[in-house]
Amino acid sequence: MKVSFIKSGLSALLLAALLTGCSSNPVEEQQTSTDIEDTSVQTGQVDTSAIDESTVETVTADTVFYFDFDKALLKPESRAALLEHAASLQSNPRNVRLEGHADERGTREYNMALGERRANAVKEFMVLQGVSPGLIEVISYGEERAAAYGSNDDAWALNRRVELK
Amino acid sequence: MIGKSAKSSMVNGLLVLLLLALASPGYSELVIRVTKGNDQPTKIAVAPIAMGGVQAKEDISAIVEADLRRSGLFETIERRDMLAFPSRATDVYYRDWRLLGAEYLVAGNMQRIADGRYQVEFSLLNVSGQKTVLTHKVSGTLSQMRDLAHLISDKIYEEITGIRGAFSTRLAYVTATRINDKYTYRLNVADADGAREKLVLESREPIMSPAWSGDGKELAYVSFETGRPAIFRQNLVSAQRQQLTNFSGLNGAPSWSPDGKQMALVLSKDGNPEIYLLDLQSKQFSRLTRHFAIDTEPTWMPDGKHLLFTSDRGGTPQIYKLNIATKATERLTFSGNYNARPSLAPDGRTLAMVHRQSDTFHIASFDLKTGRMIELTETRLDESPTVAPNGAMLMYATKQGDRGVLAAVSLDAGVRYVLPSSSGDVREPAWSPFLR
Repeated sequence: MKVSFIKSGLSALLLAALLTGCSSNPVEEQQTSTDIEDTSVQTGQVDTSAIDESTVETVTADTVFYFDFDKALLKPESRAALLEHAASLQSNPRNVRLEGHADERGTREYNMALGERRANAVKEFMVLQGVSPGLIEVISYGEERAAAYGSNDDAWALNRRVELK
Repeated sequence: MIGKSAKSSMVNGLLVLLLLALASPGYSELVIRVTKGNDQPTKIAVAPIAMGGVQAKEDISAIVEADLRRSGLFETIERRDMLAFPSRATDVYYRDWRLLGAEYLVAGNMQRIADGRYQVEFSLLNVSGQKTVLTHKVSGTLSQMRDLAHLISDKIYEEITGIRGAFSTRLAYVTATRINDKYTYRLNVADADGAREKLVLESREPIMSPAWSGDGKELAYVSFETGRPAIFRQNLVSAQRQQLTNFSGLNGAPSWSPDGKQMALVLSKDGNPEIYLLDLQSKQFSRLTRHFAIDTEPTWMPDGKHLLFTSDRGGTPQIYKLNIATKATERLTFSGNYNARPSLAPDGRTLAMVHRQSDTFHIASFDLKTGRMIELTETRLDESPTVAPNGAMLMYATKQGDRGVLAAVSLDAGVRYVLPSSSGDVREPAWSPFLR
């Protein structure tokens, strides 16, 4: 039925509001019969894409944040985008993953720790902005997943990063 | 929703293949090139082993020659220059070998001794002294000809240098190949000369930090196949494996205790990276470090009572020593602003580590008694040092162009060789203990 609502051109924003209402009542859903619960789960999946559409503006903010060598201090230029993501996560709570990375210099396990420290720096900033820590999973890939290839300053700068996913 | 996608990536992670027994036939991926040898190598002639009609796929004498050359301590005499191919000590005309400048000569022969078993008897002769210094027999099946060759090399090396040979040992290492931005990670084990590479684990997700058990029968490593890093142990013979950790955050840097009963590792479940001990029998974890800094890369001292590890608690990564019983820590390195990934030589005194000098990362050795630091390598992105069980050489990962390769250097920096790979980035070598 909700699918037909979407087809009938209900505004994405309104739909998003409707769904947020639904998902904030999980206990009620569990009390209903299994059939209905299944239906609501399916609807939820359709709704997710609708929410994405409605938050296109937020998604345009940078999702990659860069760091200096052997440092995990947030750079001033990351601030605006992080504030935007934090606001979006507060108004529209969802699970996100912060993936921390390092450049290839230095040792691999130390870089794992460094990647985690960077991702934690981003997490702490967002939590200070009011985002629930439970929504954020931190994972470090160290230097194992380079974004840019090559052994030079430009590539290294692009690889010292945290990606919000 | 994230939970779901993590689950589906777990399913993808189950593409992980356990292909221990899959040996690449014939050719190895790693081909040795000696780039620098000893200034005064010992000249040795390895006469071709008389095969006695036995058809073997491997040229035992050529493998022995390559082993000895790779050590950097020997110069071998070319087969085409030899005036005769003696197969036993009594056949040797010393004058022939003196003319060639040989200090030593190896002569040997093979014979079939039982169903499927073959024996090589070989002698090592001192040319100027005109005497046999060693005669020895080794035996095995036709498929073990490389093992026999390395065993012969071990005996010759030990007889001449007084140092136990490590040619019969193995290497574990990780390779990464990228095709269309998709990575394939492989954990491999090969002979110390790079031959007979065998796949231990293959995954689309990163594999890291292979570590040998003290008996050389198992590897511990970090695999991201569940979508997160986790430590596994895997038996190399049975391919049986077990996931040892599943905590949120880092699960890394496994290191087996000398007695094989415990494992030192890194977990960040309590907020930041700390060193833990895992009792492999009881599966109990105990925390050893308590500091807001990064503590990682633990490695055991031979006494089983101390660990060395990397910490940036002093502001930059440096090597620390930890007393397991008292948990007291002591900073060991002060020279330079980046010293990490300690790897101890079997003498318990010489420490190899990654050392930054201006903007390059070298392998350096550090004498725990005198505090003297020596840079061993000259390339700029060197990491993951691992010392051979006889302490003669160490292997490390470096770059050739944009490609990761393994290289080796002697602990006195006099000998070097590179093992270029035919495909992908090779990294994180781990030298096995003695296997026999």
